[in-house]
Amino acid sequence: MPLDLPLLNSSFNAKDKYRSRVGTSYALLPFKFIKLDHKRYIVTNFVGEYVVLSRTSLHALIQHKLEINSDLYDQLKVKHFIIDGDSTVALDLLACKYRTRHSLLKNLTSLFIFVVSLRCEHSCPYCQVSRQSQDRQAFDMQLTHAEKAIDFVFSSPSPDLKIEFQGGESLLNFELIRWIVERVSHRNDIESRNVSFVIATNLAILNDDILEFCAEYEIDISTSLDGPRELHNANRPRPNKNSYELTIEGIKRVRDRLGNDAVSALMTTTPASLSQPKAIVDEYLQQDFSSIFLRSISPYGFAVKTGVASGYSSEEWIIFYRSALDYIIQINLEGTPFREEYASMLLRKILTPFPTGYVDLQSPAGLGLSCLTFNYDGSIYASDESRMLAEMDDYTFRLGTLDNDTFADVISSEKLIGLLSETMTESMPMCADCGIQPYCGSDPVFHYATQSEIVGHKPTSGFCSKNMEIIKHLIHLLEDHEDSSLVLRSWIS
Amino acid sequence: MSELKKTITPLYGMLTKTSDAEPVIVRLTQNRDPSSTDNLAYLVQKDEKNIPLGFDTYVVPDHCTETLPSLNNDKRVTYELPQSLSYLHEGDVIRINPRGGEISVIYRHHSPSNSLFLTEQCNSRCVMCSQPPKIQPDSELAEACLEAIPLIDPETEELGLTGGEPTLLDEKFFEILDACKRHLPNTAIHVLSNGRLFNYLSYAQKLAEIDHPDCVIGIPIYSDLAWEHDFCVQATGAYDQTIRGILNLARCGIRIELRVVIHSYSATRLLYLAEFITRNLPFVEHVALMGLEPIGFGKTNLDALWIDPVDYQADLEIAVSRLVEAGMNASIYNHQLCILPTHLWPFARQSISDWKNVYLPECEKCAFQDRCGGFFHSSMRKYSKSIKPIETVLPEHEIIL
Ligand code: SF4
Ligand code: SF4
Repeated sequence: MPLDLPLLNSSFNAKDKYRSRVGTSYALLPFKFIKLDHKRYIVTNFVGEYVVLSRTSLHALIQHKLEINSDLYDQLKVKHFIIDGDSTVALDLLACKYRTRHSLLKNLTSLFIFVVSLRCEHSCPYCQVSRQSQDRQAFDMQLTHAEKAIDFVFSSPSPDLKIEFQGGESLLNFELIRWIVERVSHRNDIESRNVSFVIATNLAILNDDILEFCAEYEIDISTSLDGPRELHNANRPRPNKNSYELTIEGIKRVRDRLGNDAVSALMTTTPASLSQPKAIVDEYLQQDFSSIFLRSISPYGFAVKTGVASGYSSEEWIIFYRSALDYIIQINLEGTPFREEYASMLLRKILTPFPTGYVDLQSPAGLGLSCLTFNYDGSIYASDESRMLAEMDDYTFRLGTLDNDTFADVISSEKLIGLLSETMTESMPMCADCGIQPYCGSDPVFHYATQSEIVGHKPTSGFCSKNMEIIKHLIHLLEDHEDSSLVLRSWIS
Repeated sequence: MSELKKTITPLYGMLTKTSDAEPVIVRLTQNRDPSSTDNLAYLVQKDEKNIPLGFDTYVVPDHCTETLPSLNNDKRVTYELPQSLSYLHEGDVIRINPRGGEISVIYRHHSPSNSLFLTEQCNSRCVMCSQPPKIQPDSELAEACLEAIPLIDPETEELGLTGGEPTLLDEKFFEILDACKRHLPNTAIHVLSNGRLFNYLSYAQKLAEIDHPDCVIGIPIYSDLAWEHDFCVQATGAYDQTIRGILNLARCGIRIELRVVIHSYSATRLLYLAEFITRNLPFVEHVALMGLEPIGFGKTNLDALWIDPVDYQADLEIAVSRLVEAGMNASIYNHQLCILPTHLWPFARQSISDWKNVYLPECEKCAFQDRCGGFFHSSMRKYSKSIKPIETVLPEHEIIL
C-alpha cells in the first residue's frame, strides 16, 4: 500500500483490521458453467447471477487457488459464487433471491385462454388448429362451458387474471366474447382482481360494434403480422389474397379507436421469412410497433401435416434470429427505441432477480401453473400448444373437462403434477449440468411432439439449441459489445 | 432571483442571562387568546402594546427589547432571544434551559427539513459521521422529543427522526414513533438508522406493529463487500446485521431507503454496489447516492475521505443507470449541478437542509442556481475544483429536470 495515502485519525481502525478476517481460504457455493467461446466460460449460480471467466480463472476458482481479495475474487464473492470468513449473509441473500425467482408459483394460474371458436376464414398452411366450416354447433364454445370456465378462472388465487380469446378466428364468435367479458366484469365488482382481456384476431372481420365494445371494457387486441405484404399474404392465404391489407387497416382502426398501445402483433417465421429478417423488422417499424416477438413455428397441428413445420432447421432459425437481432440493435443505436421480446424476457432473467411469466422459460414449466386453455369443446388443456396437439388426436396434455372438473381438481391432478415434475430443469438430463439452466426452461409439448418424449433428448432438441445459442449470444453481446449491451440493458425495464 | 444564502441558520443560542428555573419545551405563538396556554410561549412583537396576560412564558426577540421593562414590571417569566435566533416564528418549537442559559430550536414551522434528534449514542462509529456519537447517557433527548411532538403542527409534511442510532432507545423509540402516529397522522416520518438492530426479527415486527401510515427507514450502506462496509462503520459484523435487518424490515412490509455516502472508500465500488442492490435488495423503495458532508468525523478524517466528486462521475453515471434499468428509484443528493453530467440532472435533488445550505459567491453568475442544491456550509472547507457557474444556455434537450 502506498505510504503517502492520507490516514484516518488514529482513533479509527485501519482497513486491514477488517480485511484480515476474510482469511486465507474460501468455500464454493453451488454453480454451473458452460463454454461461451474457445477461451471463456459462462459461470452461473442457481439464482441466475453470472460471470464470464477464462479457462485459467475457472480452474483456479475450482481448485481453490484464486488470489484472495483480488478483483476477480471480490466479484465472485459478491455474486455469491464463493464464501469466506468475511460474512455469512450470502446464504440469507441466496435464499431470498431463490424465493424471488420462484415468486410467481404461489399465485398459480393467471392466464386463461378461451378458444371461443375453431372456425376461421383464413387457410394458413402453418395454422395449428383452425377449420373452415360453418358448423357453429360443432366448432364454437357453448354457453354452458363458458359459464363453467368463468368459475374456473375465479377459483385461481392469482391477483392478476388475464383472459385471452383465441380461435380459429375468435371474432367469428363475438357474441360469446361479449357475454364472457360482461359476466367476468360484473363478477369482478365483488372479486376485485386485476382482470385484463385480450382478443387474438386476424382483424379481417373487425367492425365498429366490436371496437366500441373493446373501448368500453378496455380490451386489448393481439393480431398476426408476419412481415411485408408479399410474405404476409403468402403465409396467410385468403380468397382475395388481401390478408395483409385487412391486417394493416385493422391495426389502424384499432389504434384510432383504442389508442396506439392497444394492439400488439405476433409474427411467425416460415421458410419464406428466413431470407428477409430486415424486411420483417422494417415492416414492424413502419407500422409503428415498439417491439417484435420473433417466433419460430411450433411443430403441431396442420403445420406438421402440411410439412411446413419441418421446413427449416433450428440452425437456420438461429441464423435468422441473430441477424434480425443485430439489425434491431443497430436501429436502437441509430436512435429508435425498439425491442425484441424474446431477448427482453431472457435479459430480464439474466440481469434481474425476477422471474418471467413466459410458459417455456420456467422450471417447472408454466404449463397449467401459469396458463390454462379452455378448448371450444369444453376440454381443458395445459397450454395453447397442447390443444393443438389434441387436434391430431393426441390427448396427452388434456387435464380434464369443464363438465367434470374444478380448478382444484385440475391443478392438483396426478396428471398435471406428473407432467410438471418432468419439466424441472434442475434435475433434467443435460439441463442439470448446463450453465444456461437458470435462464432456460422446458417445453414438454414441443419435446413430446418432436421426440415423443416429455423430458426430451437435449443434444438433439431444437428447443435446447435455440435457447443455448440465443442466451450465449446475448451474454456475448453484454460482455463484449459496449454499445449493444447498453441497448440490451434498456430492454429489461 | 432572491439573494443567495451564504450563511447557516443557527439552531442553538445562549440566553442573555441565566436563571433558576426548570427547562421547558414550548411552542411559540402570537395568538393573544388561545384556548389553552399549556406549553405555549408568547412571542413578543416589535413595539407591541398591551401584551396579553396569562402565558407562563414570554419570549422576546432582540429587536423587541423595548417591551422588557413593562413585562418585567408585571413579573412575567421572560426570556430574551439572542440576535442569532431572532428569526424564530410563530409555530416554532424550542427548548429553553434557564440554568444553562441555552436555547435550542427543535422544530421550525416554515422549514421543509425538520428532524428530531433522539439520541447521541450509537453502536457504529462511521468514519465520516456528521454527528459523532457520544457515550454518556442522554435519555433527556428522547424525553424532549416526546414532549415536543404534540407541539408540532400536524400539517407538517415531513419529519426526520435521527441520532445517533434511534433504535438503541428500544421501547422509547417505538413510543416516539407511536407518538408521531397519534399527533402527526399526516406527517411522513423518515427515520435514519443503521438498521443493525433489525437483525432481530422481533424488532422489525415491533416496528410493523406500530403500523405507522407513512414511515420510511433510511439505512446507509457503503460497500457490497462486508469487511469494507464494516471498516466504513468501524464495527465488526455490522454489514451482516444491516443486511439481515433490511431483509427483516422488508419481510415485515416496512418501507426502506438505502443511503450511500460517497467518499474515497465507497467510491471505488460504487458501481458494484449499485449492481448488488439491484440483484439483492430490489425491494427497497429508494436509493440515495450522497455527497460527503465534511463535518464531525467527516471533518476529522477529511483528508483520508476526500475524493473530488468530478473524479467519480463516470461511475456515478453507470451506478444510476444500473438502478434505473432495474426499475428502481435513484436520487443524487448533495451534489452541485455544475459537476454532474447533464443527464444526471433529473436525479439531482436539492437535498441539503435549509438551515445549513449555502452557495458560493460565484454561484450568483450561474444560470441554474435556483435548481442547484448548493453546498453544505461545512463544505466551504473543501469542495470540488470544478465548480463553475453555468453561464451558457444549454440546449434544451440536454436538460430534463
Ligand atoms: S434445454 Fe438445453 S440450454 Fe436449456 S437448460 Fe437444458 S441443456 Fe441447457
Ligand atoms: S455554480 Fe455550480 S454550485 Fe453554484 S449554483 Fe451553479 S451549479 Fe450550483
